[in-house]
Amino acid sequence: METIVKSTYIKRKKNGSISLRAGNKSKFVIRMTMITLFVLTIAGFLLFDYTGLEIRTAVVETASNLYAMFFKPALNHFTWAEALYQIGVTMGLAVLSTIIGAVIAFFLALTAAANLSKEWVTKVVRVIVAFIRAVPTVLWVLIFAIAAGLGSEAAVLGMLFHSIAYLVKAFSEAFEEVDKGILEALRAAGSGWWHVVIHGIIPSTFTYLLSWTFLRFEINFSVAVAMGAAAGAGGIGFELFMASGFYFDLNEVGFITYAILLIAIILEVFSTQLKNRYFPSSVRN
Amino acid sequence: MTFLQIAGLSKSYNNETTVLKDISFNVKAGEFVSIIGPSGAGKSTLLRCINRMVSISDGEVVFDHAPITKLKKRALRQLRTDIGMVFQHYNLVPRLTVIENVLHGRLGYKSTLQGVLGRFTEEEKEHAFFLLRKLGIEEHAYKRCDQLSGGQQQRVGIARALIQNPKLILCDEPIASLDPNASKIIMDHLKSITTELEITCLINLHQVEVAQQYSDRIIGLNQGEVVFDGPNYKLTEEKINHIYGTQMRELITV
Amino acid sequence: MSEKGMQKRKWQLTIALLIIIAITYLSAAITNFNFMDGFAAFPEAIGWMFSNLFITQESLERLPTILDKLIETIFMSIAATTTAAIVSIFLGIMGSKTTSVNSLLSVFARFIASVSRNIPVVAWALILLLSFGQNSLTGYLALFVGTVGFLTRVFIESIDEASPSAVEALTATGATYFHIVNKAVIPQSLPQMISWILFMIETNIRSSTLVGILTGTGIGYTFDMYYKSMNYNAVALVTFSIVLAVIIIELMSNYIRKVIM
Repeated sequence: METIVKSTYIKRKKNGSISLRAGNKSKFVIRMTMITLFVLTIAGFLLFDYTGLEIRTAVVETASNLYAMFFKPALNHFTWAEALYQIGVTMGLAVLSTIIGAVIAFFLALTAAANLSKEWVTKVVRVIVAFIRAVPTVLWVLIFAIAAGLGSEAAVLGMLFHSIAYLVKAFSEAFEEVDKGILEALRAAGSGWWHVVIHGIIPSTFTYLLSWTFLRFEINFSVAVAMGAAAGAGGIGFELFMASGFYFDLNEVGFITYAILLIAIILEVFSTQLKNRYFPSSVRN
Repeated sequence: MTFLQIAGLSKSYNNETTVLKDISFNVKAGEFVSIIGPSGAGKSTLLRCINRMVSISDGEVVFDHAPITKLKKRALRQLRTDIGMVFQHYNLVPRLTVIENVLHGRLGYKSTLQGVLGRFTEEEKEHAFFLLRKLGIEEHAYKRCDQLSGGQQQRVGIARALIQNPKLILCDEPIASLDPNASKIIMDHLKSITTELEITCLINLHQVEVAQQYSDRIIGLNQGEVVFDGPNYKLTEEKINHIYGTQMRELITV
Repeated sequence: MSEKGMQKRKWQLTIALLIIIAITYLSAAITNFNFMDGFAAFPEAIGWMFSNLFITQESLERLPTILDKLIETIFMSIAATTTAAIVSIFLGIMGSKTTSVNSLLSVFARFIASVSRNIPVVAWALILLLSFGQNSLTGYLALFVGTVGFLTRVFIESIDEASPSAVEALTATGATYFHIVNKAVIPQSLPQMISWILFMIETNIRSSTLVGILTGTGIGYTFDMYYKSMNYNAVALVTFSIVLAVIIIELMSNYIRKVIM
């Protein structure tokens, strides 16, 4: 090696060896985040309430339960036709909350998009959306169930909230990405606000809006299953709850799980294709 | 003295698309050789056959008296530590600092555990700084690579290749993504350092003028075949047209 | 756009709208959903909420119990997410094109991820409840399985995007597989991964309410108890505390994201 000249740029540790640390904030925060999560996880395991748990029997039993589910699926308490009908109900709930949600979200998103609305309106809408997102869907459904009485209305209204919150965010971001020039040209030609929306915003974002709506439908399908099981909203989720919690019939649980899995995977394949086609960069669910 | 010997080298993908056809040439130690040719001629594949980043379908490559065509894991790693590579898109880890990226060049000499723990000796670190100083980017040593300009990033790439103490450097279109100014800096560095350290250098270029200006010898490639091989003064306008095909040439100069 | 193109587009739009309306009508029929009732119920429900869901002195006395359960739920979500993340990193490395060792392992990783993600969390919760019983571990495991599925998918995407070119460069220097994963792939994709982990912690706090209702654990169980005994002031307090927790965690993760990306 050549002669070593003392360099002013080299950072050295106390013992004289060369430091490779850049000392930037980002690395520090990453490290702190990881350490914090690790500590909280350990604390979590120590704090858990393990009442009545016998881990060995539980694991063995779960294994045999899974075996009964996945290798011997069967229908015992209802027929194929009924199963299809219940899947239809779950799909129906998902469709209704998605479509009604999309329509409402469309109008709200117009008020939430920075290039179409006043600043304070945008802010207010965003705060409301953040609040709605923070309440779990199941709580919305249960609260609506007391207020509006049990039935598909309560389930759909409850599920609507999160759909709207999700779609408002997605839609308004799509609106904000519309080329400034298009809006400017329309405004220069003397178009009113609605004119700009109908001739500028909708044509240039329509495919995005449809894709986002479908992505939400995929999520809403699993939400509808969950609401059936946890909030008595009916459909295949409720049958799942009955099969496991009421009849203790694992073969039937297996059958229902397979049915849900099949539909979920089909929806996922569709939405992955949509994503790859319309959203080349990574997309948040 | 022949340092790199390529004999009857062929490469095809899936036994169908043939990229290289029966390529043969020898390179002497310390030579600075440019490979030119239209895009799709197989220049990149040719370079990658030499460090076995792509497998060789047929023929023989002898590097420093050792045949490399059939090398397996450990011997292949050993071979690669002797061959530095510089890429068109620099191929750095953007979030890491310049010095970390340079030291990646030493990983070939480390055991898995040493490398994973990031144990670099003081000598290696000094050497890294020495190279950065030589390339004029020492002041950026602790900056993240994604904060540097293209030309600076390419110099980091060159430092990473040099710290391997290579006997051969392969450059795959090193200036294709750079502006003329940065291109000149990069080519000057490549030329002076390889001459000074007596490193053999094989470089893919698509600018004929640059190839003529810097290299001792030029190899012209067209559709996977060597169509010209000789010192740069023998590369006449007619030969260039032969390499690129007349129309292609016009398109490039316009 | 040409006249013909415009016309064609208009047709497509009309057909799409008609299909959507048909599907909506069909869905309403199969679920017995009545649009009029639905819209009428909405203002009523909001009115009911304002007149019943408020926090009283009496409900505030229950705050310690509620907080206790809330903290348990938060810990459950964090533990499930972190442990799932560790598993998912390995599955992600196995599954990504850039780092996969062989295609069989890659398919295996993607298969595991797909199955555990697409079987809904409620199904896992119900199955695990049967033998693990009514305790935190049931909820933890249900969240864990779903999280592994989701994180593996996004980790695969993060690794794919991270820096395939740097992987090539390190291979060319003679670095080993583990060097490459450790020195190029992980440093480049780590911030993205942490961002997803934070996202998943938020999501899991909300899902753990759902899981809690089914398995009788955590804040979900507390909610369910007050809900069934019609103590709506306590219901309001529980809901409010969940909202607060989620928003605080969201703000913290937004800050972390801003710094590390």
